[in-house]
Amino acid sequence: MNQTVTMANTQTSATPLSAKHLVMAHGSHTVIPQLDVALPAGQVTAIVGPNGCGKSTLLNGLARIHKPRQGTIVLNGADIHKQPAREVARKLALLPQDNSAPEGLTVTDLIRFGRHPHQSWLSQWSDEDQHAVESALRAADVGDLADRPLDTLSGGQRQRAWVAMSIAQETPLLLLDEPTSALDLGHQIEVFELIRALAHQGKTIAMVVHDLASACRYADHIVAMLGGEIISEGPPSDVITTNLIEQLYGVTCDLMQDPTSGSPMLFNIRRARC
Amino acid sequence: MKAKRHYIITWSLLLLVCLTSLLFGAGTLEIKQAFAVLTGQGSAEARFVVMELRLPRLAIGTITGLALGVAGALLQTLTRNPLAEPGLLGVSAGSAFAVSLAILFGASTATLTTLVSQAGALAGCALVIAATRIQGVGQDPVRLVLAGATLTALLLSLTSLLMLIDQRAADEIRFWITGSIAGKSWDQLTATLPTMLLAGAIVIGAVKPLASLALGERVAIGLGHRPGLIRLMVIIAVALLVGGATALAGPLVFVGLVVPFVARALGGADIRKTLWLCLPIGPAIIIAADTLSRLLVVPSEMPLGVITALIGAPVLMLIIRARRIPTL
Repeated sequence: MNQTVTMANTQTSATPLSAKHLVMAHGSHTVIPQLDVALPAGQVTAIVGPNGCGKSTLLNGLARIHKPRQGTIVLNGADIHKQPAREVARKLALLPQDNSAPEGLTVTDLIRFGRHPHQSWLSQWSDEDQHAVESALRAADVGDLADRPLDTLSGGQRQRAWVAMSIAQETPLLLLDEPTSALDLGHQIEVFELIRALAHQGKTIAMVVHDLASACRYADHIVAMLGGEIISEGPPSDVITTNLIEQLYGVTCDLMQDPTSGSPMLFNIRRARC
Repeated sequence: MKAKRHYIITWSLLLLVCLTSLLFGAGTLEIKQAFAVLTGQGSAEARFVVMELRLPRLAIGTITGLALGVAGALLQTLTRNPLAEPGLLGVSAGSAFAVSLAILFGASTATLTTLVSQAGALAGCALVIAATRIQGVGQDPVRLVLAGATLTALLLSLTSLLMLIDQRAADEIRFWITGSIAGKSWDQLTATLPTMLLAGAIVIGAVKPLASLALGERVAIGLGHRPGLIRLMVIIAVALLVGGATALAGPLVFVGLVVPFVARALGGADIRKTLWLCLPIGPAIIIAADTLSRLLVVPSEMPLGVITALIGAPVLMLIIRARRIPTL
């Protein structure tokens, strides 16, 4: 029932990024046997699932990091691998996992990298670039840290600086691979709220998220993966069921609705008895 | 503000070193007389010593220092390894072997030597990159240097083998292989210039994408760069630079290590700042070492390669100790 509703939704609204008959493999090992997915425009999509379910592989495929074995990634109606790399980078920004920067690189230095797709060979730093960097500093609330080297920042501040780099790229699409993986609770909330604010400005966002509770709280659209396939897809309140959670993680739990946000909350989680 | 001061200091240092190199030498020429030449006077003999003996050395030292410093900085950023130095990794040895082979077969023109040297450096680069792909070697800075030392030893022993074949070639190879910029002519310098300029153009084009590669391959792709293409361009530039420098001065080790090390100590890890600082520091170190080589054992000369090794080896120790390499 839910499935058909979402299918109808994604077909009517224009989707900026989608995968058609996608097959992804590492060497001889097929990670994603066959998959179709479309990101709903202007929404936050969370890709969830257990370790090794292929969620990062899907994100890397969508971000054209790895070429699909078969099928196509469609960006604004055309095959992403047939568009010039720099043009793609003006439409789609990617924040990979576990980023590292050379020692001493400052927040501003990092954010300036986001302007690369907008600059041509040897072109000078333009007013437009400067403006984009300044508004990225403000948007990610790292203005006070502008001249600090990244290695002197806390994990949350550093991750906000990386997100600011993606903001400076000024793309309508943003893909993030576990943006909060190594952060404590407070810093996780910082980053998730920033992502929500970006979606509110009209960006289409997809992120791989490990923590199901955060996915429910901060995403409009959930893509649940198991064994390289999408087993359920739709708004959190429709998709998240005790059945699905047991299927994904092998745990049983109870669900209730968050009284303030209306998103599903998990509690009383324990290992499923077989 | 601070960055500007670094540039002023390094460029003034280079100027000072250049002046010293023109004024001091192993010969009997007095400083006063050498100075007179610089102000447009001086005897014919003094004029010859300064303009025809010392000035070409200065020019060759400048080009060699530029090339090796920039090549070292590029290779270190590419492999993300502060110890990746063309001399230590076998790139210079590859080009030395190729040149020795050329000398054995009677090649004498400077242009040919340069191209052969660059081809040898390219082969050396390819072997280094292959070594970084071996499990465990790429991640560990010291292991890569060990792999490079093995390659260097192998290539040098093959070069020694070549020297056994022909006595005449052996003398020529032996002089060249210790590393020296003495007795070189303007012709040899101009023979390397076209490829050096080409390398410079490649570096200018590749530096921005290369800087993004330092943030990780996936970030670079996300910014619209093509890592494979960047690597290829940088490797070609390194081969042209190291090959050209080796053709001029012989295989000099440690220069590509010391120059970027000093540049990074002053300006931080950003490749663009490092390269800008390598421009004055590279020539300054080579020219200073060359001037020392003339003055230490007057009236004869010490090979330049010996001096650079004496300066470079302690710096290598310093880097390894400072990084506290955990397991061995």
